[in-house]
Amino acid sequence: MSEKQRALEALARAQWRLALALTAAMMAIHLGFTLLVAWAKPLLTVQLVPGLSLGILLGALVIVSAWSLIWVYVSWANRHYDTKVASLREPRR
Amino acid sequence: MTTLGQPHGAAIVWFFLFVAVTLAITLWAARRTRSTEHFYAAGRSVTGLQNGLALAGDYMSAASFLGIAGLVALSGFDGLIYSIGFLVGWPVVMFLIAEPLRNLGRYTFADVVAYRLRQAPVRIAAAFGTLAVVTFYLIAQMVGAGNLIRLLFGIPYGVAIVVVGAVMMAYVLLGGMLATTWVQIVKAVLLIGGAFLLAFLVLVRFGGSPLALFAAAAERFGGQVLGPGRLVADPLDALSLGLALMLGTAGLPHILMRFYTVKDARTARTSVGYAAALIGFFYLLTFVLGFGAMVLVGPDRIQAVDKGGNMAAPLLAEAVGGTGFLGFIAAVAFATILAVVAGLTLSAAAALSHDVWVNVVRGGRAPEREQLVVARVAALLGGVASVALGMVFKGENVAYMVGLAFAIAASANFPALVLSIFWRPFTTRGAQASMAVGTLSTLLLIFLSPTIQIGVLGRTSAVFPLKNPGLVTIPLAFLVGMAVSLLTPEREAWERFAELQHRVHLGPDSDSDKG
Repeated sequence: MSEKQRALEALARAQWRLALALTAAMMAIHLGFTLLVAWAKPLLTVQLVPGLSLGILLGALVIVSAWSLIWVYVSWANRHYDTKVASLREPRR
Repeated sequence: MTTLGQPHGAAIVWFFLFVAVTLAITLWAARRTRSTEHFYAAGRSVTGLQNGLALAGDYMSAASFLGIAGLVALSGFDGLIYSIGFLVGWPVVMFLIAEPLRNLGRYTFADVVAYRLRQAPVRIAAAFGTLAVVTFYLIAQMVGAGNLIRLLFGIPYGVAIVVVGAVMMAYVLLGGMLATTWVQIVKAVLLIGGAFLLAFLVLVRFGGSPLALFAAAAERFGGQVLGPGRLVADPLDALSLGLALMLGTAGLPHILMRFYTVKDARTARTSVGYAAALIGFFYLLTFVLGFGAMVLVGPDRIQAVDKGGNMAAPLLAEAVGGTGFLGFIAAVAFATILAVVAGLTLSAAAALSHDVWVNVVRGGRAPEREQLVVARVAALLGGVASVALGMVFKGENVAYMVGLAFAIAASANFPALVLSIFWRPFTTRGAQASMAVGTLSTLLLIFLSPTIQIGVLGRTSAVFPLKNPGLVTIPLAFLVGMAVSLLTPEREAWERFAELQHRVHLGPDSDSDKG
């Protein structure tokens, strides 16, 4: 019982750490982008190639980064987390 | 010129087709809706992909389709700030909320907050937050619906409001969550499909290259349309809006409720993945639609039809696909409003009946039949209220209300949810204080902000400098919730944290007492 409880708490801590880190990363990326929008207007208006301004590129990259962070979480959860959950559940059955 | 604003054949045929299909689904769903589990949670039978589509359907309002396309068409890059802001909340939903919510609750997010706390006080505070969010979101949708339908079809405002109210009530009252879910799915497919087709027809004219389109916009209207303009003047304001959009998504009651429709936490996780992929794809399309309308229709013609630019996407559809395509896009916009309003009404009904009636008034012991009747009465009240709100706010400037709804969701619901799942010392008093302060401080600061003081009341200055209060109210709700919890220790809440943690990770099936 107490060993299982410890394993569960360790899993909860691991999940919380990853969730917090990924949330912080998303916030940093988005709020960083927002501050660039507010402060670095001329810079974001620069066109890297005709039609592609730095602002549009970074904006699209924020969306891509949101996808990537979700991918990191889902692949961790599908591989690592679900296995742990299954092993914690089993002995009860 | 345009045929917009006249009731024309293609739009009406498409619209009736949508209503006929969705009402047929509703009748099918009504026969299966025999318990509260069906009414609120579609019998937990929705698959990951279906729920991902339904989440996307619930989330992508007409405001994001017509509004963002219009904003980009008129002011370029600035509109994209919203496109991006609306997506970045989904990772937060994924990391912190979706799975614990599914494992801890049954029908509403208050189930989660109240899990180890005293039921009645927490649920009343949560219902208060839910109704505040839903009311402002509904007003924005209903007023938007009345105006849009008048512009699109030439139907009078009042008639449009009543039609939306009546069809939406049919979905919710008869078919509950099962019908509402399928309405969202049909709408999401139509909206994403329609936007994709429209973007495709635009890009064909630019050799398939979005960059050629953006370059054409820069050439015609100046390079500054590809960079930030006047929308974001103050960095603090920008930060505040960004924070509210990001954390508000994870506090929207009609979105949270969707996670109860799937069978387990893993499916909830999968469904957020699908939703984020679909919504991100859609918002990337708005880049093309907005600049497409700017180049192919032109800001002057768009503003001649509607000052706010809301008709940019329909006008673009007419320009690249003719009247038939305009009709299709107009019908999709109508369907979008209907679906979002149905989802909101259902979540308000759940707060009133499941949280307030069943768990507060009846102490959690109401017979199934009574619960179902109360749920439908609450949905009826919600429907009537939304029509009434649409009428009352006719002609008002309600554009700020979606932002306000996100700010309340981020300040009233999100902090209490996160603290209840992850922070052991959280107490009943702390939850109440966090939700009440989150709601009230947001309302007060919005009232004192330039949005209301200058934009609505026409004064020359405002007491509170930020247009969106999230930067102040979100940290405030967290701090108040934590401080009050530490001042009012609650033994049971502390001791039951282990049980909550067990259930968050191992799910409700692992409990000894199921149900």
